[in-house]
Amino acid sequence: MTQLITVFVPRDSAALAVGADDVARAIQQEAGRRGLDIVIVRNGSRGLLWLEPLVEIATGQGRIAYGPVSVEDIPGLFDADWLHGGAHPLGHGPTDTIPYLARQQRLTFARVGITDPLSLSDYQALGGFEGLKKALAMTPAAIVEEVTQSGLRGRGGAAFPTGIKWKTVLNTVADQKYIVCNADEGDSGTFSDRMLMEGDPYMLIEGMTIAGLAVGASKGYIYVRSEYPHAAATLESAIGNARAVGWLGHDIGGSGHMFDLEVRLGAGAYICGEETSLLESLEGKRGQVRAKPPLPAISGLFGKPTVINNVISLASVPVILAKGAAHYRDFGMGRSRGTLPFQLAGNLKHGGLVELAFGTTLRELLYDYGGGSASGRPLKAVQVGGPLGAYLPESQWDVPLDYEAYIGISAMLGHGGLVAFDDTADLSRLARYAMEFCAIESCGKCTPCRIGSTRGVEVIDNIRDGRQREQNIHLLRDLCDTMLAGSLCALGGMTPYPVLSALEHFPEDFGQARSSSASAN
Amino acid sequence: MTSSSTLPDTVPETTAQQVARQALARYEGQPGNLLPILHAIQHALGHIPDSTVPVLAQALQLSRAEIHGVISFYAHFRSQPAGRVVLEVCRAESCQAMGGERLAEHARQKLGCDFHATSADGQVTLEPVYCLGLCAQSPAVMINGQPHARMTPEKLDRLLAAQEVQA
Repeated sequence: MTQLITVFVPRDSAALAVGADDVARAIQQEAGRRGLDIVIVRNGSRGLLWLEPLVEIATGQGRIAYGPVSVEDIPGLFDADWLHGGAHPLGHGPTDTIPYLARQQRLTFARVGITDPLSLSDYQALGGFEGLKKALAMTPAAIVEEVTQSGLRGRGGAAFPTGIKWKTVLNTVADQKYIVCNADEGDSGTFSDRMLMEGDPYMLIEGMTIAGLAVGASKGYIYVRSEYPHAAATLESAIGNARAVGWLGHDIGGSGHMFDLEVRLGAGAYICGEETSLLESLEGKRGQVRAKPPLPAISGLFGKPTVINNVISLASVPVILAKGAAHYRDFGMGRSRGTLPFQLAGNLKHGGLVELAFGTTLRELLYDYGGGSASGRPLKAVQVGGPLGAYLPESQWDVPLDYEAYIGISAMLGHGGLVAFDDTADLSRLARYAMEFCAIESCGKCTPCRIGSTRGVEVIDNIRDGRQREQNIHLLRDLCDTMLAGSLCALGGMTPYPVLSALEHFPEDFGQARSSSASAN
Repeated sequence: MTSSSTLPDTVPETTAQQVARQALARYEGQPGNLLPILHAIQHALGHIPDSTVPVLAQALQLSRAEIHGVISFYAHFRSQPAGRVVLEVCRAESCQAMGGERLAEHARQKLGCDFHATSADGQVTLEPVYCLGLCAQSPAVMINGQPHARMTPEKLDRLLAAQEVQA
């Protein structure tokens, strides 16, 4: 009797989008034709996205990686005896020794890509539910204290201390409280939420359950954007499986505690990533921003105290509980503790997910991991933190990736996405796009954002066309001041970041001479 | 845009209202259920016919203006039918960094219509999308809800041909 050989073909959207389903089918057929016994496991993605579909074979020497695999490559791979780790031009050796992966510090993404995302036994075999088990033996205040001590700050971009938010909800008396997961990951250049939901959904479920125990909430919602159909489907399946074995429902793990989850789909509105707008949307309304106060922690969903956290924040909680606050806090620098899953996107040779402690630099990510530009041309600018993040010139690529250090250069780390542009990029055009995007996505509630963004497009058009350039640049700075100071939320309030940074660091793209201080910090 | 077509709403009013009632029943009693209900209607019919609005308004004790306001707020919801194929092309920064604008222009040329419109033969509706979370493999598109990355004009032509779309 021959032993079944396990072949891993990712089911992450990033793999599906480059033909992973066809590859999986072709592997099964080719094995059948050759009379070879294999079992295909659809795992999450390792995050080496330029290699997707990255197929792995389980061998005596560990998992061996081949990629990017296309349907046409498959007969050749079998000829090369890849089922026993045979050499092939697409081979990368043992997956764990690929430097891109081996040099990472994976806490939140520890299981992603390794397991079948929907297998509860895989999850538990690799430490799943250890954090929740510990939390079940703790008081709510002790759980909140552990999260506070870890130094975890909101990974959605605002970087507010998670423990403080939880403490406010814990201390607010109400008959009903909610845990809401903000999975409306709309920033271009970001995909860590999506990969986590598709690659390790139980970790998010576990984190939300711990949050529920910590603050006394029995119900949670995961608000997933409609652009992520596979993430939503994976979560639905995972929630069903968890409920079936009692990790969700009326008696969590036999503890007598109740917590249950519901997935809600967004509908293509970027603004719903803003927390109060998301709550409006969950209530079945237009996603219009609410004025704060009251804070959602005091009066949130349906007017009840609500913890609203990003996917990565919540998914970081199980490991904090399982390994202790100190273990997590030992990673990072300054007031930025723990790790951040950086997302390498745009014009990079080796795009993907790189989880590292805070304190690394853009240069390291762009070159040591990213391998430089995909186009082969020099890199010119990097936008960090999504469409509301600054464009950084090369002179700033050595600033440590740390929340405070980035604030110090009028930039923001945000959700850890970085989009690289080569020297063909026109920064005045990208600045115009920032204003245009704000105009398209503005919820319309406040004037600086609703009107300012449209005026911003017009003013940048005038600058680009050379109409009264100096006066219009002055006007643009003035408009950005108004938007920064007068907008209700970060959409209008931060659209000036990409605009002003482009103007500051790349004046020649706006038809201006570069002054001697233009590219200084 | 001149050559784009507006597709007639061929869903009978009785069918639309029946689908609306089914969606209402499915999510009855769930707080804040308007978005799930609208998703269910659009999933069943491809769009949200105007004739469903009064049904929803009455059942949810909201004004028709409030229902319409929600439908029109969200880019994903459509009141008019789409073509058989919905092509969403990402216009966001990461895709721009990798030739996304060239791809968008190709899609416009090939379909003979602008964004938010349907090709003259009524087959393909072209929509912008702002990020599909495939930014390490830009540019990306979505075709009838399925993501495709590392897109090129040639690859897009092949994918559309596979959907039996005439060039």
